[in-house]
Amino acid sequence: MKLQEYTASAHNFEECMKCTICTAYCPVVPVNPRYPGPKQAGPDGERLRLKDPYFFNQALKYCLNCKRCEVVCPSGVKVADIIQSARIKYDHAQPRLRDVVLANTDFMGKLARPFAPIVNGTTALGVTKAVLDATFAIDKHRTFPKYSGRSFERWLKRRAKEQAKFDKQVAYYHGCYVNYNYPQLGKDFVKVMNALGIGVQLLDKEKCCGVALIANGMSKKAAKNAKHNVDVLQKAVDAGLKVLTTSSTCTMTIREEYPGLLQVDNSGIKDSVLLATRYIYQLIESGQAQLKFKENYRARIAYHIPCHLEKLGWGIFSTELLKMIPGVEFTLLDSNCCGISGTYGFKKENYESSQAIGKPLFDQIKSVNPDFVACDCETCKWQLEMSTDYPVKHPVSILAEALA
Amino acid sequence: MRFDTVIIGGGLAGLTAGISLQEAGQKVAIVSAGQNAMHFFSGNFEDAGPVRERISALFAAAGVRTNALDGVQLMPMGKFQPVSLTLEDVTVFPEEHIAEKALIVNFTGFHDFYCTFLAETLEKAGTACRIRFVRLPEMEHLRTSPSEMRSVNIARVMDEYWEKAVADIRILLGDEDLIILPQVFGLKDASVLDKIRTSLPARVAFVGTMPPSVPGIRTQMLLKRRFEVLGGTFLMGDEVTSAALHEGVVSSITTRNLDTARLFADHFILASGGYFSKGLAATPTQVFEPLFGLDIDYPEERKDWYDADFFAEQPFMDFGVKTDASLHAVKDGEPMKNLFCIGSVLGGTRKEDYGTAAGLAIRTAFAVVDTIKGGNV
Ligand SMILES: Cc1cc2nc3c(=O)[nH]c(=O)nc-3n(C[C@H](O)[C@H](O)[C@H](O)COP(=O)(O)OP(=O)(O)OC[C@H]3O[C@@H](n4cnc5c(N)ncnc54)[C@H](O)[C@@H]3O)c2cc1C
Ligand code: SF4
Ligand code: SF4
Repeated sequence: MKLQEYTASAHNFEECMKCTICTAYCPVVPVNPRYPGPKQAGPDGERLRLKDPYFFNQALKYCLNCKRCEVVCPSGVKVADIIQSARIKYDHAQPRLRDVVLANTDFMGKLARPFAPIVNGTTALGVTKAVLDATFAIDKHRTFPKYSGRSFERWLKRRAKEQAKFDKQVAYYHGCYVNYNYPQLGKDFVKVMNALGIGVQLLDKEKCCGVALIANGMSKKAAKNAKHNVDVLQKAVDAGLKVLTTSSTCTMTIREEYPGLLQVDNSGIKDSVLLATRYIYQLIESGQAQLKFKENYRARIAYHIPCHLEKLGWGIFSTELLKMIPGVEFTLLDSNCCGISGTYGFKKENYESSQAIGKPLFDQIKSVNPDFVACDCETCKWQLEMSTDYPVKHPVSILAEALA
Repeated sequence: MRFDTVIIGGGLAGLTAGISLQEAGQKVAIVSAGQNAMHFFSGNFEDAGPVRERISALFAAAGVRTNALDGVQLMPMGKFQPVSLTLEDVTVFPEEHIAEKALIVNFTGFHDFYCTFLAETLEKAGTACRIRFVRLPEMEHLRTSPSEMRSVNIARVMDEYWEKAVADIRILLGDEDLIILPQVFGLKDASVLDKIRTSLPARVAFVGTMPPSVPGIRTQMLLKRRFEVLGGTFLMGDEVTSAALHEGVVSSITTRNLDTARLFADHFILASGGYFSKGLAATPTQVFEPLFGLDIDYPEERKDWYDADFFAEQPFMDFGVKTDASLHAVKDGEPMKNLFCIGSVLGGTRKEDYGTAAGLAIRTAFAVVDTIKGGNV
């Protein structure tokens, strides 16, 4: 009986009323004629694929999984989930070496970190970039994220005793980026939490959330990571801890993609995994804690909301926190994708689209001319720092630098 | 999180109220589940005549230009409709004889623009018509899938290549004094419309297509941006899931995304739209307002809900939330103290006072804004 298979989809594609609104807001459509657009790639295509997998279209790989189509759809169709699930289900091509390298953020981090000065030196060199471009199809215009000499985990482990002294405790899912590339954000987070009277603990060996694995066709490995993470998160939750994060994408992946795309049950931990900005805001708003800021802090900040934070609907916590700091002149940038979308923009074949997608945002930043840009996402930071002349800071780092 | 006013629904009604209240110095949040009726907008604000100066000023500050003119608009299916306030995209004619000769131009493969219907109507009113097609290589990729030859997709191409279309139209133009084009221009930036008008040697009229509406989507984007520039908080793609009610007062609401982080406010405005936007809902046995369970008057017998003549005015379109004189929502027979209703969620219940359609959305929004600003809530 194939009837069931023909008609039933795990996703609600049949609720699509063909209004094309998703297509109006998809950032890829105007820059890449090869991409069929969310409606065609999502609900329309799904109906055909259920009849015959022959209709699977390789062009689905151009989807950024930015979720903007889902945010605007009046019928609540999970357009991006449909597209990503179709890639998981029907695309059996082996991922190429380049994609494996880009996707394994934690493995690469571990490997690169001990040699950080060499790796940073070589990936910054024109020659290396040209080689990466030619042999790996990683675009030569890209600046590689720097690897840090000492991991964040090691830094925090050394301070475990002093952190344990705080009565209130939270666990921190730092993600690959804080651990290998930018431990300073983790340190800023600890500083802010300590100022709130809260100690920070590591999880019992977190793994990469898996977002880059999903994007690069390695969903089996992503599901393995997801199961592992749900287990260690559950341990923390069982010990009565909230688990805070500083990456909007890791958070969206753990909360939404684990059950939605990877079929990994996260019901025991979902409500306890929160972005730090949300947790801090609610703590301050409810009067349970306070932050004291410098009296002479001054900054003109333009805030860019990352796609996955828009999807979570939690941008408001970051913006309200920033507005709370005395001396901040705040501008909200229009909600536009910056174009990098994790590993997507690193690939040579996507470089041009990636920059074209981000152009309205780059132009707006230049016209606002802030002291710096605020943003909760690490890959947006790379993209914006490369494509504009403005530094990009995480809201938590801004809180930390404004603390008295 | 605390606001002066929280608005449920970010369509025309919700945004009009939100912008006005922010302009008056209030701290406002709008929660909006997905997009709304503006995405299907014909460009004509029906029934908005009595407030056209006030709304035109609000729109102008947002960068939305309007025509506050009495006249007729040529509709997509080839009918004329009287108008008194339209978006600038709409060409308003004083009468149905709109030209001696008209050239109707469409894009090859675009089936959502009904040239032959338009020509039939125009010929009857004494305008001779010629229909011609433009085909641009920049649009060919859309044609690989016929379902993608849609207004918005064409508009995204036209934002960049409108000059090429204009060059082709110049070649096609004969001795016509009017060129009719589909409304597929200026998705992001309406200044393209003027540029097209000035680069062609005949008058240009833009006529609506089947949905989605390019002018409507642009207007929605500009109004949302204006609200945000004024400092308003727009929670896009979020949905209000429950409300805390006590003795006729709403103290807070919860949303799907913010869950435990409740939104508190002095005033709440329900601008959740009609059936189309799920502001009203129906089962075979009842019609209801899903969020607060507000009162709705409708006949008990289902057969009295509709007219078997499909094209007749349908009674169910008039069902809507009951309100008191100042638009406070009525629940269990009692008006709520700080919950107002505006826009399509009212159905036809306040037709006499505020009209229907876009006019209803704008006029009820202004009425509630004035009540809140006046402090006599
Ligand atoms: C297809 C269509 C075309 C129309 N065209 C015209 C026209 O050309 N001219 C004209 O004058 N009138 C037109 N109308 C009439 C139209 O209803 C009004 O013009 C007006 O736009 C309605 O605005 P609104 O803000 O009341 O509702 P809507 O535009 O429907 O907006 C309601 C919003 O509330 C949101 N919402 C609902 N429930 C919740 C919740 N629980 N939490 C959060 N958000 C919620 C919805 O997602 C939606 O975004 C049209 C109506 C429809 C349905
Ligand atoms: S916005 Fe939603 S309903 Fe409209 S075409 Fe896209 S998926 Fe379908
Ligand atoms: S997820 Fe983003 S890129 Fe993919 S179809 Fe949706 S809007 Fe387009």
